[in-house]
Amino acid sequence: MNLTTTLPGLSLKNPVMPASGCFGFGKEYSQFYDLSDLGAIIVKAATGQARYGNPTPRVAETTSGMLNAIGLQNPGVDAIIKEELPFLRSYDTPVIANVAGSTVEEYVQVTKALNHSQDIAAIELNISCPNVKEGGVQFGTDPELAKEVTYQVKQASNYPVYVKLSPNVSNIVTMAKAVTDAGADGLSMINTLTGMQINLKQRKPIIANKTGGLSGPAIKPIAIRMVYEVRQALDIPIIGMGGIITAEDALEFLLAGANAVAVGTANFQNPLACPEIIQELPRVLEQYGFQSVEEAIGKGHVNG
Amino acid sequence: MITKQLIEIKSHLRIAEDTFEVVLQSTLARELKPGQFVHVALKNHMLRRPVSVANVDAEAETFTIVFKIFGEGTKSLSRYQAGDHLDVILPCGSYYPVEELELDHALIVGGGIGVPPLYYLAKSLKEKGVKVTTVLGFQSKAHVFYEEKFQLLGDTYIATNDGTYGKKGFVTDIISELSPTIDYYFSCGPTPMLQAVTNQLAEQKGYISLEERMGCGVGTCYACVVPLKEDPTQSKKICKDGPVFYANEVILT
Ligand SMILES: Cc1cc2nc3c(=O)[nH]c(=O)nc-3n(C[C@H](O)[C@H](O)[C@H](O)COP(=O)(O)O)c2cc1C
Ligand code: FES
Repeated sequence: MNLTTTLPGLSLKNPVMPASGCFGFGKEYSQFYDLSDLGAIIVKAATGQARYGNPTPRVAETTSGMLNAIGLQNPGVDAIIKEELPFLRSYDTPVIANVAGSTVEEYVQVTKALNHSQDIAAIELNISCPNVKEGGVQFGTDPELAKEVTYQVKQASNYPVYVKLSPNVSNIVTMAKAVTDAGADGLSMINTLTGMQINLKQRKPIIANKTGGLSGPAIKPIAIRMVYEVRQALDIPIIGMGGIITAEDALEFLLAGANAVAVGTANFQNPLACPEIIQELPRVLEQYGFQSVEEAIGKGHVNG
Repeated sequence: MITKQLIEIKSHLRIAEDTFEVVLQSTLARELKPGQFVHVALKNHMLRRPVSVANVDAEAETFTIVFKIFGEGTKSLSRYQAGDHLDVILPCGSYYPVEELELDHALIVGGGIGVPPLYYLAKSLKEKGVKVTTVLGFQSKAHVFYEEKFQLLGDTYIATNDGTYGKKGFVTDIISELSPTIDYYFSCGPTPMLQAVTNQLAEQKGYISLEERMGCGVGTCYACVVPLKEDPTQSKKICKDGPVFYANEVILT
């Protein structure tokens, strides 16, 4: 079975990669399996300086999912380039860096710093983090701001740029068009949906930040719908994600129009989630009448 | 090395109010050190639950966990039975450095659900020839567990919040009365208790172990951080750098 798929700047041995923020920089999960099995790896967000993030508790379980408000904690782009990325060199899998910031200038600074790293193959522009006060999701919910930051980052980057869209918008196609017009090489979707959970005994939100981003199977139908709508409207490569647990879920994203998929929250439940999905994928593709991954992409669209 | 294993429940017992003791069969049991935890997957739950190791029987290749029903996850765990299997990641986190430490007398201070990991620690200290004195705090008489087990290892004192058993009050009240001469103290329990104990024993060397809501449990997601005393803009991960920390290392919030 041919599992390969291509994205701008990336040719992947299979379409499955861990999602940003759910895999750190790979070290911990390398204890469980050979990271070379992965189609690619998207690492944790990088900002211009180190960030501490939000107070704890930062996570809460929900029905079929979880809320998180990590707040982009990371050691800063320079430390990531020097201390984290080199570890992944020994694996035969492309690395995608996740770029975050509070201002256009910070996004550009991080992008430029990453130009000096030989250890990545693409960047994912995170304009969709719902858990930081400034920047983040504000860039991801205003088409004009999204366009501006995408354009500036695309100008600054030596690597292909995938823009990670926020689902916290009323019209996802408008956002997708805005960043595509600004030169995005691909899209990555979706990030988490803003949510809240209140502890009945304590009478207050469980997450210290009050709100958090909802991820996991609970958001999959929304993610599928959004990938479908964007694929219908635009001809741009998409990395699809949101609630993938099984190879069947991955196939559903391919049918909706994703060229590759990312797995986030599932890694926490099962550290072997990614390799197990990769292992199962040939059987599932065959079961549903496909000879390859490429053949399945977009096949869920009734009008072709 | 950290591993995901499907392991069998050998026994599952209620030992106090809302408190359960579960013995698990695992080829990795002997790898588990005092203070470490296992990360347990539960049917119909997205996130695993960290549960600390309360005892290890290396011969029998079993280990014991003790937990109290606290939320939906622990409620679910309380409904499993002997013969069922659990999907567990182990061993997780740091441990009390029993081997490396030089000491003659240890004070063990535990509160509620912080008591279980201290039993395995106390047992290991005793095996090393260390004198162990234990002070435990519980909500009420119905919640008390493992008193006899600790008594076999050394002098053991109990406090309950409502005075239905042992001394009425807090572990710190007992420590004041005893004011024991110790080389190290080891503590685990609710944050207010840890704050009180670390303040009271500020002049002593000690180790504490912390709890937090976790995501990954292996150090990738930054869900479980704790700020450092020497620089609060820096943090450590409870799941990977902890749960055991040097008492003065972290800020308890
Ligand atoms: C704990 C946690 C941390 C995350 N951190 C990031 C991040 O740093 N950057 C980012 O673009 N997305 C981040 N995400 C979003 C995921 O990459 C993904 O888009 C989202 O969780 C949906 O996929 P899932 O349902 O498979 O988890 C994070 C998600 C979680 C649960
Ligand atoms: S729970 Fe994920 S880093 Fe500790």
